[in-house]
Amino acid sequence: MEPRNNRTLQVFAVLVALGLVAPFVVYPVFLMKVLCFALFACAFNLLIGYVGLLSFGHAMFFGFAAYISGYTVKVLGWPTEVGILAGTGVAAALGLVVGAIAIRRQGIYFAMVTLALSQMVFFFCLQAKFTGGEDGIQAIPRRPLFGVLNLTNDFVFYYVVLAIFCIGFLMIWRTIHSPFGQVLKAIRENEPRAISLGYAVDRFKLIAFVLSAALAGLAGATKAIVFQLASLTDVTWQMSGEVVLMTLVGGMGTVFGPIVGAGIIITMQNYLAGFGEWVLVIQGAIFVVTVLLFRRGIVGEIMALAQNLGRRGKPAAEPAAVQGHPAE
Amino acid sequence: MFELIGVSPQALFGQLLLGLINGAFYALLSLGLAVIFGLMNVINFTHGAQYMMGAFCSYMLLAYFGIPFWGALVLAPIIVGITGIIIERIFISRLYHLDHLYGLLLTFGLALIIEGLFRQQYGSSGLPYTNPIPGGTNLGFMFLPWYRGFIVVFSLVVCLGTWFMIEKTKLGSYLRAATERPDLVQAFGINVPRMITLTYGFGVGLAGLAGVLAAPIYSVNPVMGSYLIIVVFAVVVIGGMGSILGSILTGFGLGVVEGLTKVFYPEASNTVIFIIMAIVLMLRPQGLFGTPK
Repeated sequence: MEPRNNRTLQVFAVLVALGLVAPFVVYPVFLMKVLCFALFACAFNLLIGYVGLLSFGHAMFFGFAAYISGYTVKVLGWPTEVGILAGTGVAAALGLVVGAIAIRRQGIYFAMVTLALSQMVFFFCLQAKFTGGEDGIQAIPRRPLFGVLNLTNDFVFYYVVLAIFCIGFLMIWRTIHSPFGQVLKAIRENEPRAISLGYAVDRFKLIAFVLSAALAGLAGATKAIVFQLASLTDVTWQMSGEVVLMTLVGGMGTVFGPIVGAGIIITMQNYLAGFGEWVLVIQGAIFVVTVLLFRRGIVGEIMALAQNLGRRGKPAAEPAAVQGHPAE
Repeated sequence: MFELIGVSPQALFGQLLLGLINGAFYALLSLGLAVIFGLMNVINFTHGAQYMMGAFCSYMLLAYFGIPFWGALVLAPIIVGITGIIIERIFISRLYHLDHLYGLLLTFGLALIIEGLFRQQYGSSGLPYTNPIPGGTNLGFMFLPWYRGFIVVFSLVVCLGTWFMIEKTKLGSYLRAATERPDLVQAFGINVPRMITLTYGFGVGLAGLAGVLAAPIYSVNPVMGSYLIIVVFAVVVIGGMGSILGSILTGFGLGVVEGLTKVFYPEASNTVIFIIMAIVLMLRPQGLFGTPK
């Protein structure tokens, strides 16, 4: 365990170093978008990759937190950092309610339940007064963070977003390498056995769900301030599908996969923005190709390849993601 | 009595009828999902797109070949069913040995492709389709348009026919046996993979049929399926997928509940089914007609 952990941290250190110099090469607003979605995907990956739960409604936490942070900062005039924390907290509370309902079913039923509940949140956002309906909440001010850091400067804001991402990422990393994370993996691999060993499985699942919802909320709340906009797009089922796609492409159940996936999908959307509905077709095609040809995702395939080269002859381990999950 | 609850009978029965029609679509779609799931353990996310294809197919048959509604009612489900069979052979059949979640992800991707292609071709606004049975009759307490009555009766007949075929015929007994123990049924010399392919085609054909029925009352547009499929998922969770009759009953029942909500508390009409789903999950997680595992 120890050497692998060290290697993960080494890779993370390299990534952070890259992140520190990146805004000198790439447009910072684009990078902030990637980081927000990378955090969103990492939060989603915590559930699918380490607990084996496929949530098809994670946009409800992302989008609802965006509304909360937008509303508190713009209408109530709260400081930026408090607004982001409020969004995160409300997403966690929503995660507690949704999670308590959804964990009563497993497997594909869990996916259908989360999808249906997120649609309910979508309709709530459509009808509620504070969300601004079809217009959303626009022109959210970028007030100085802690009253000091000038967020209207994209460079400064980028480093703030990078810091937020690192905090979220390290929280996830810490969680999956803790005894708590080991129990989550045990639940993923064999739930009846985990129950028979005396673990309160539902409670573990619920805590993981709330954590994932809160971090997805953190990503959404930050994104609302970055783009100064919270809109219905962020709570749609399409958004839930996008985060699934990012994680799938990068590699479910790999630590860095969601980051790679988010980078690829956001870049692709940027370049294809002028192609209209083809974006949908291409995203669907990526889903199909990934599921049929490389289920481990990009990072997962690379790791399997490295493992194969390391001990030639022995077959690589199957992906850690949903594969070992018993049929429901 | 109507003065007492402050609702006119026209509004009440009108919404009840609308509810029954929506219920008919829920029933047809959740029936298709249940039949497919029973044999293949795949939740067919493409179902909404295939419903939309049924509507478009009937529109195209009329626009390009001059085939009227009644021809489309037979042809469109067959055409959509055949596309389903092709999809099953090329894509879905490669995933049976894997976790069921991959089937969900694959069919979600296929749904995006189909919806995207139709949106690219036809835009997001609706295309009109003329009502094949115009007119109606006044029942005294409400006006009943013929076509709407036809939808309810026809889909009920199709649903019960499907139930009869699965529960009471020899073919259905093979199907039920293969659901329980595919390996054993295969050992008796029955071609199970072909049966799975045809079952998928049949379930998809039911979705196409619902689409044909929907074309004259809702406008034909590429996004008509994606919203509906989410509601149908909730219907499936409420009913549980264990029982054919159960999914028919749940479908019609929830349509009526939704219609009544539109009369008495319209703000909640979009969300009432999701709320019921949450309540059912708290009280009876396996669904109304499901068996606990």
